[in-house]
Amino acid sequence: MKHSAFFWFVLPSAVLMLLFIALPIVSVVTQSMYAAHEQVVVTVESCGPFGCTESTAVDQEATQALQDEEPLGRFVGSEIYTDRNHLAVGEIGTAWVNADGLPDFGRALMNLPFYNALAFTLAYTFIVTPLTIIAGFLIAIAVNSVAKALKGPTIFFSLLPMIVTPLVGALILFWMVDARGVLGTALQWLADDPSLSVKADTTLMWIMLMVYGVWSSAPFAFVVFYAGLQTVNQDTMEAAVIDGASRVERIRYVVIPHLMPLTTFVALIQLMDNFRVFEPIVSFQAQAHAFSLSYAIFNDLQGETRLLSSAAATSVLTIIGVAILLSPVLVRTYRDFSPRT
Amino acid sequence: MSSKATARPPSVLLLATVFLVIWLIMAAFPFLWTLWGSLKVEGDFFSKADWMNSLRGTLTIVETGGSFTGDGYYGAWVQEEFWRAALNTIIVCIFVVTISLTCGTLGGYALARSGFRYAFWFLFFALIFRAMPPITLVSGYLLPFFEWNLWGHLSTTIIVLVAINQPFTLWMLHSFFKNIPQDLDESAMVDGCTRFQAFRHVIIPVMWPGVITTGLFSFLLAYNDFAVSAMLLSKENQTMVPKLASFLGTTQTKGNVMFAVAAVVSVTAPLFVMIVFFQRQIVSGLTAGAVKG
Repeated sequence: MKHSAFFWFVLPSAVLMLLFIALPIVSVVTQSMYAAHEQVVVTVESCGPFGCTESTAVDQEATQALQDEEPLGRFVGSEIYTDRNHLAVGEIGTAWVNADGLPDFGRALMNLPFYNALAFTLAYTFIVTPLTIIAGFLIAIAVNSVAKALKGPTIFFSLLPMIVTPLVGALILFWMVDARGVLGTALQWLADDPSLSVKADTTLMWIMLMVYGVWSSAPFAFVVFYAGLQTVNQDTMEAAVIDGASRVERIRYVVIPHLMPLTTFVALIQLMDNFRVFEPIVSFQAQAHAFSLSYAIFNDLQGETRLLSSAAATSVLTIIGVAILLSPVLVRTYRDFSPRT
Repeated sequence: MSSKATARPPSVLLLATVFLVIWLIMAAFPFLWTLWGSLKVEGDFFSKADWMNSLRGTLTIVETGGSFTGDGYYGAWVQEEFWRAALNTIIVCIFVVTISLTCGTLGGYALARSGFRYAFWFLFFALIFRAMPPITLVSGYLLPFFEWNLWGHLSTTIIVLVAINQPFTLWMLHSFFKNIPQDLDESAMVDGCTRFQAFRHVIIPVMWPGVITTGLFSFLLAYNDFAVSAMLLSKENQTMVPKLASFLGTTQTKGNVMFAVAAVVSVTAPLFVMIVFFQRQIVSGLTAGAVKG
């Protein structure tokens, strides 16, 4: 394809991505280095019959003028990154000196909002991803061995949890595990504890969020693995039977190696998607117990006072996190495509 | 097919069937339960006294006279004007899908046919953009959009969603176009077509299966999005999902939780219909990227 033809064909996509993805990244990075203006304070001396008193007041006009003049705010460099709500360099230093052993240091770390969010996000990503793969694999194996009649309905109903809006899917589960919902009541009965409530317990909340994660993404793993199972080499399979391999050994030595490339694919997609965990926390109203990086950004941005700079700094840190997580995918893509181009 | 390798003893068959039935209940039951519950009053949907109430609808009969009630739907759609949000969602989805596909097919076609190195780098950056959580971009949008008075409009959100959607659309269409033999458009160009004419007369007629599948996923992205539309739309322009989230905050008083339940069912219904009609395309789209590696 000629250079000029290529240029015109990709122009609309390129312009869109440049304007609304690349430039906003620049804008986010810039924003994260500016803080909101301090309010202009004026000292007013008011004299009455009992002498003069000095009082301070916010000069609204001057503040507004400053705001209009420099909408970005004032330049503070890396100050926002090191403050208590982000990397909290100072607090960590103090905690390290004062901490009574590692567990105590860990507790101090978990009280800092950024590290708390990072801990949940990483825990969620690295627990949900393997469980999703295992669940999807088991469903695929099961579907593959039952009669044809069950296959259609299974695929149909399995797609539901995945396709449905994350916010909605999480809400549906949340209402069921509510203390007054059907699953919540069942849990209370099982645990023999009428006051048990998922909403009130941090551990239960984490487990519930992860259950939602597996529930909603297992179908994706299932569909991919099921497609992969259709291409397992039947000759190899029969050879394994003749050699006396048991059912489990056949799965272990024939099926799993065949599905390995698919597993890496599913794992990488899932890592990317789980790292941005956000909607379930909104639906479960779990902000008191679990805080993810995405939710931290959302939390800064909503409400009357939008903390743009703080959100921007968290965004930059999240993007760096994604980049680290993604580096294996990028290297793999680079290797896959390089020889051909 | 009836070789020894594929034969299964009854015990394995039973185990697999039981496992599948459990999974099917896990996958489908919450939806059926919520659909059923949305036709009851709150006292039955959340019943402290006896969970059987939600099946029998005891309080629903006491409060409304019938064993089913449409009060939740009436409250959500008429009283809280959910229809306005539904209308906004329709507008957003139609435009996002059309614009995404138009830009995506042109770009995807060029990327599939160009052998130069920059095409690879283009896809490489698209992959990086695909991996970024959309919410991280929002704090970059807000200030410029406020300054230029772009915030709150449907059109702004549509363009932003199209852009966020673009990397995925490009990757997917790129692999679909790779599967269309290159000889097809090259022979058209030998016959004297320009590149664009070849695209129009030869490629467009054969690209629809791929475009429909990609379109379904673009639709899902626009329809399911919460982070971007919740932050970029003003209250009167809200689409269904942010509107639903705002129900949660404001209507926790008695009875109004049912508005949210009814809204949840209303949001799920179109997706259900979509799976009924497009199950095959969705499955092929999910596996397209994977099977080829």
